[in-house]
Amino acid sequence: MTAIGEPIAREGFSLTQYLICLKGIVWREALRFIHQRERFVSALVRPLVWLFIFAAGFRQVLGVSIIPPYETYVLYEVYIAPGLVAMIQLFNGMQSSLTMVYDRETGGMRTLLVSPFPRWWLLTSKLLAGTLVSVLQAYVFLLIAWFWDIEAPAIGYLALFPALLLSGFMLGALGMLISSLIKQLENFAGVMNFVIFPMFFASSALYPLWRVKESSPLLYYVCELNPFTHATELIRFALYGQVNWISLAVVLGCTAVFLFGAILAYDPARGFLARRNTPAGG
Amino acid sequence: MKRSEPAQIPALEIDRVSHRYGARVALKDVSLAVQQSSFTVLLGLNGAGKSTLFSLITRLYAIRSGQIRIFGHDVAKEPGAALSRLGVVFQSRALDIDISVRQNLMYHAALHGIANRRASELIAQVLERVAMADRSLDRVGNLSIGQMRRIEIARALLHQPRLLLLDEPTVGLDIKARADILDHVRRLSEVEGIGVLWATHLIDEAGAGDDVVVLHKGSVLAHGTVGEVIGRSGGADLRDAFNRLTEVADQGELEAAR
Repeated sequence: MTAIGEPIAREGFSLTQYLICLKGIVWREALRFIHQRERFVSALVRPLVWLFIFAAGFRQVLGVSIIPPYETYVLYEVYIAPGLVAMIQLFNGMQSSLTMVYDRETGGMRTLLVSPFPRWWLLTSKLLAGTLVSVLQAYVFLLIAWFWDIEAPAIGYLALFPALLLSGFMLGALGMLISSLIKQLENFAGVMNFVIFPMFFASSALYPLWRVKESSPLLYYVCELNPFTHATELIRFALYGQVNWISLAVVLGCTAVFLFGAILAYDPARGFLARRNTPAGG
Repeated sequence: MKRSEPAQIPALEIDRVSHRYGARVALKDVSLAVQQSSFTVLLGLNGAGKSTLFSLITRLYAIRSGQIRIFGHDVAKEPGAALSRLGVVFQSRALDIDISVRQNLMYHAALHGIANRRASELIAQVLERVAMADRSLDRVGNLSIGQMRRIEIARALLHQPRLLLLDEPTVGLDIKARADILDHVRRLSEVEGIGVLWATHLIDEAGAGDDVVVLHKGSVLAHGTVGEVIGRSGGADLRDAFNRLTEVADQGELEAAR
């Protein structure tokens, strides 16, 4: 007795099969997300703490003048809300890179990479899955913020969607690139110190850049060059139904570079995986 | 209906493969073949190079010297065709413990481009085969290690590969579960004609009729049926043969170093 059904078509995949693969990866990420409620809660608590405590405290200290996209003076918490949305995505991107390192130590990553689909497709699908989770988190955050009187025009919430996809993709690709460089899970604390904090603080998320320029022109240029600044500005403008073209271009460019780098890094022939001095676990 | 492959092509062919991590040589000029329907035991101590070899076959690392072919398809040149014929049970757990058995298997089906309805049929079949049909909706985390291993095997068989690789699949299992898994996989090769490469450091897992490859410090010391390997080494049994082969190799290495 050998029959277990006809063979599955093997040589080359159809477009439908590519989409089945994508759907499977997104669906798994969604299931994982549902089962890790603590992850969802902590991802929300972090920006809310900033919003409720930090922003409230600094409200009197930091006045924000009228700068685009705002048409009136805005309260400090209104100013930092888009920055906190970007922060959600930054943490999410790094978190999924952490998951990838963890998956590599268990067999999860191997299961993914041994799939016969081209590796660029597998990684892009994984990235999209992580991004969708971060988009959901961002909207939940904005909903809570809405009750805190941080309101954007209705069109803004709609325009935000493509912006979030793009910025989430960029930050996720960066996380993926970093994950290929980390040898072990323990090294991840370094990512916090050397990637997340500098990116977040040297950006326009917490303070408008013209204020930074007043105190330190050098820091201002660093902030301008920081891709996270542009993710923040893309989100900020989108939330008010506008497009910041420069930020859009920077985010698009960085996404392309990070994604290309990540795909290269996970390519067995050129990648960093093969260059390690120790065999992968297992 | 089975997927037909030309009968004379080996399921797996490893041709003069070498690999190093920096200065450390992990594999030296390794050649071996797993025939269709054969149960080949890759025998080696920890650190012999088994996991490196698996990483090369599954394309986690690029093959820098030599060739690996799965049913004639070069892993480096035609990865899609090669990997679609391959099922793997990794040493480390590859299942997501938070979700159900079925959800894990659906994910695996998607990674092979298999649509939902067909996937459901295949899942029912593979679970039946590993006698886990009634556990389909259970959370993986609630299963015993032996049951998880069976699900891992079901997962590896889901896309109907003709070559199955298992890396130390009995680690952490009790004696009965070990015997069950071994038995089950042996039947797969006998009855269904699947070529099996079973990597282990446990000599007693090799049965009388199996093919065996002795891998030691990155080199193949012997390759043949269990009888042939014992005969050639002059040992009394496979354990004795293994000890003799590895001792000779270690002595040779010492002398070369002098």
